Amino acid sequence: MTPALEIQLIAVFISMACALPGAFLVLRRMSMMSDSITHTILLGIVLAFLLTHDLQSPLLIVGAALIGVVTVWLTEMLEKTRLVTEDSAIGIVFSLLFSIAIILITRYTGSVHLDTDSVLLGELAFAPFNRMVVAGIDIGAKAMYISGVLLMINIILIAVFFKELKVCTFDPMLAAVLGFSPALVHYALMSLVSLTAVGAFEAVGSVLVVAFMIAPPVTAYLLTDDLKKMLILSSAFGALNGILGYQAAVALDVSIAGSMAVMTGLLFLAVFTFAPKRGLISLLLKKKKQQSEFAENTLLMHICSHEPHKQISENALHTIAARLRWDKKKLTHTICLLQKSGKLTMVNGIPAATAKGKDCCKIFVESLGTL
Amino acid sequence: MDFLVPLLGDYTFRTVALGAALLGIVSGVLGSFAVLRQQSLLGDGISHAALPGVVTAFLLTGSKNTEILLLGALISGLAAAYLMITIVRHSRIKFDSALALVMSVFFGLGLALLTWAQKTPNANQAGLKRFIYGQASTLLERDIVMMAACGAVLLLLVALLWKEFKIFSFDPDFAQSIGFDTTKLNLLLSFLIVVAIIIGLQTVGVVLMSAMLIAPGVAARQWSNQLWLMVMLSAVFGALSGVLGAVISSAIPSMPTGPVIVVCISVIATISLLFAPGRGILHKIYRQLKARSLLQVEGRDIS
Amino acid sequence: MNCEDYAVEVCDLTVAYDVKPVLWDIHLAIPKGKLVAIVGPNGAGKTTLIKAMLGLVKPVSGAIFFGCNTPKMIDKKKIGYVPQSGSVDWDFPATVLDVVMMGRYGHLGWFKRPGHKDRDMAMEMLHKVGMHQYAARQISQLSGGQQQRVFLARALVQQADLYFMDEPFKGVDAQTEKSIVWLMSELKNQGKTMVVVHHDLRTVPDYFDWVTLINTRIVANGPVGEVFHEKNLCKAYGGQGLLLKGAAV
Repeated sequence: MTPALEIQLIAVFISMACALPGAFLVLRRMSMMSDSITHTILLGIVLAFLLTHDLQSPLLIVGAALIGVVTVWLTEMLEKTRLVTEDSAIGIVFSLLFSIAIILITRYTGSVHLDTDSVLLGELAFAPFNRMVVAGIDIGAKAMYISGVLLMINIILIAVFFKELKVCTFDPMLAAVLGFSPALVHYALMSLVSLTAVGAFEAVGSVLVVAFMIAPPVTAYLLTDDLKKMLILSSAFGALNGILGYQAAVALDVSIAGSMAVMTGLLFLAVFTFAPKRGLISLLLKKKKQQSEFAENTLLMHICSHEPHKQISENALHTIAARLRWDKKKLTHTICLLQKSGKLTMVNGIPAATAKGKDCCKIFVESLGTL
Repeated sequence: MDFLVPLLGDYTFRTVALGAALLGIVSGVLGSFAVLRQQSLLGDGISHAALPGVVTAFLLTGSKNTEILLLGALISGLAAAYLMITIVRHSRIKFDSALALVMSVFFGLGLALLTWAQKTPNANQAGLKRFIYGQASTLLERDIVMMAACGAVLLLLVALLWKEFKIFSFDPDFAQSIGFDTTKLNLLLSFLIVVAIIIGLQTVGVVLMSAMLIAPGVAARQWSNQLWLMVMLSAVFGALSGVLGAVISSAIPSMPTGPVIVVCISVIATISLLFAPGRGILHKIYRQLKARSLLQVEGRDIS
Repeated sequence: MNCEDYAVEVCDLTVAYDVKPVLWDIHLAIPKGKLVAIVGPNGAGKTTLIKAMLGLVKPVSGAIFFGCNTPKMIDKKKIGYVPQSGSVDWDFPATVLDVVMMGRYGHLGWFKRPGHKDRDMAMEMLHKVGMHQYAARQISQLSGGQQQRVFLARALVQQADLYFMDEPFKGVDAQTEKSIVWLMSELKNQGKTMVVVHHDLRTVPDYFDWVTLINTRIVANGPVGEVFHEKNLCKAYGGQGLLLKGAAV
């Protein structure tokens, strides 16, 4: 396997592994908590590194994942005092823990693998250099297997506990009544997020994990209402970002992790604008249609319920425009639309409802549920 | 303590301490409003989002002049804020997701651009990287002058529009009903907060700036029930942690200034949360225990 | 009656969020000096109606007039507003006096600071609502009824001619309710107009002399004696009107 292929595979595994728990974070409105955790796991990694001096030690993963959970716990404790709001609590806790981590790194490590730069960017480009050797046979980059395992863990846990996660996310009270423990699910999810962030750390660094956790699910959220579909789409987008991001990084000779993060943003932007039902363009078109329908209804109802004026045509239109506070253009345009659909006719230049129009009025009034 | 005297005589230290103090004052004052309006994390988002602006400004102008870089940061921060608002307004995506999304993508863009900048001739991006974690030791006298000038303008505006910001933060509907233009006030206050973030970036960097916005206000709130006192205390706490951070990082080798300042203000905040009279946690526990023992005593008296 | 005799006139007002109309084709006029109750079922648009009158929400069509003036022509600070107490974060660092003084900000205009006169006026209004001994108290330590009284004092300090109140009796104790009613009649004696969103049908005939019944559309608007009867209540409340037989005049 070529290094390029290995890197892309790692990128794909990491992106997909991040997107899965990320979907639940987005739905539970805990996106900024993921930001918090991805910053603070650095402290766990540093502390574990200072103990073992081995960047490959499994203690790193344990320590970091633990700190992730501690972060959540500390934040909630702070919030429970009711002296601090939730957003302030998040900001204070992660800044403090992250600062301590940076201080420790600057003072005590200074090794090429754990300096303040690699913390941010990760070293995906160097991943192929670390080989996995089993029984004397080189079977590929170590990171490939680590990220592959990470992805497997995420898929298995989410698949097995799918209905628990679903219920606890959408209706925690119902979940409690049914005998599930929302609190347990909450902390389990946070542990999974911490674990994934640690696994992703070496590849893409600390802060960018947020992009991989939040952006693909948010993009998928614009395309579907179904949780299962959202998870599948999130991972698909994650994979896509991984590959495209790598290609762009190679073409432009920039950081792979940074490029992947930007790609998540570009993909989001594309979907945000062009998505069939919820995209910006289709929303604007729908809004325009709704506004003109609404204007039609307003005018029709106005004509139905007010007595026809006996003045000459100019005044009639003028009066209506003044009472509704519409400009002449909007009024004539709406009259035109109503005439086209056969609900309105002009009698001596004064608008009057046809039989069809009067029927529409009746239906509309009934839909308002009064009289 | 006798390392303090030579310290005060050192030009670099004075510059750093002054810069840190200015940062503390400005972010303390404006951060109070951000905290009260529950926009703390917005500060986090804007600071991260400022990074691509810094790098782009360098790539476009080739200059590492602080004013130019900070101008880029300002534009980038405002663009991010605009994007976040647009996303929330035109889709069902909630604000926290939009914040995390825009912030991390912008930051990623900044990092990618940074690695691009590595390839340009004026390649030493140490000058640019100082915006990530801050590097107070690179502050120059002209930077201090600029911070002081901008800070003075910000504080003057806050003082002039004090009651407007006060009523807007407390009850925007009522403010609107008696004739204040809340849209304009919102824009102005948000703009001031963004500028406060930008001028602090050099000292503590994009990652840690949000702490300087949030922690002083949170700490000050515990000691006071009046807005003006909260804001003043916030400025004092901010300045104090700035100077303390400068002292500690100068006295002990290999201590990065930005993170040390954040640790200082976090300690101040923790002390405030625990010990402040009235609101403080320990005081509350003490009162609870006292009430409980009083009840027990009375119970015994009755029986 | 011509436009000068009216405190507020609403013409062809329609307010909608997205496409769903909350208020439709509202047309009503409130004479000066009346104590008006706005009643209707939940979701009828009562709060939206007074917010539209205050200019806090933008209508899809229609207009509001104060006397013969458009909203742009009148002095905004001469309109008092007592919102629901749940609309504000009571953990804000402010004392009772601070909040009441905010009512004077409209009179001060941009940049100016409140002075002795404003403080004295604020204390006077706190006396009126029976909260003067709490002037220095932090607002987070107030009960629901006390919060309502503070909002009331804040509106009184504006020395307005027209007051809008959103459910001022909701969640308050009997003592506070009595004081609010007394205050309202005092203001009425001074010729002020009060438009109050009210939730308790039973007290409408006792506290108010004019009533507006709405349910997205206007059902009725007029003196309590003429308009507040079973037929109109049924129209406004649908089937639930039958349970309200006892409430009608």
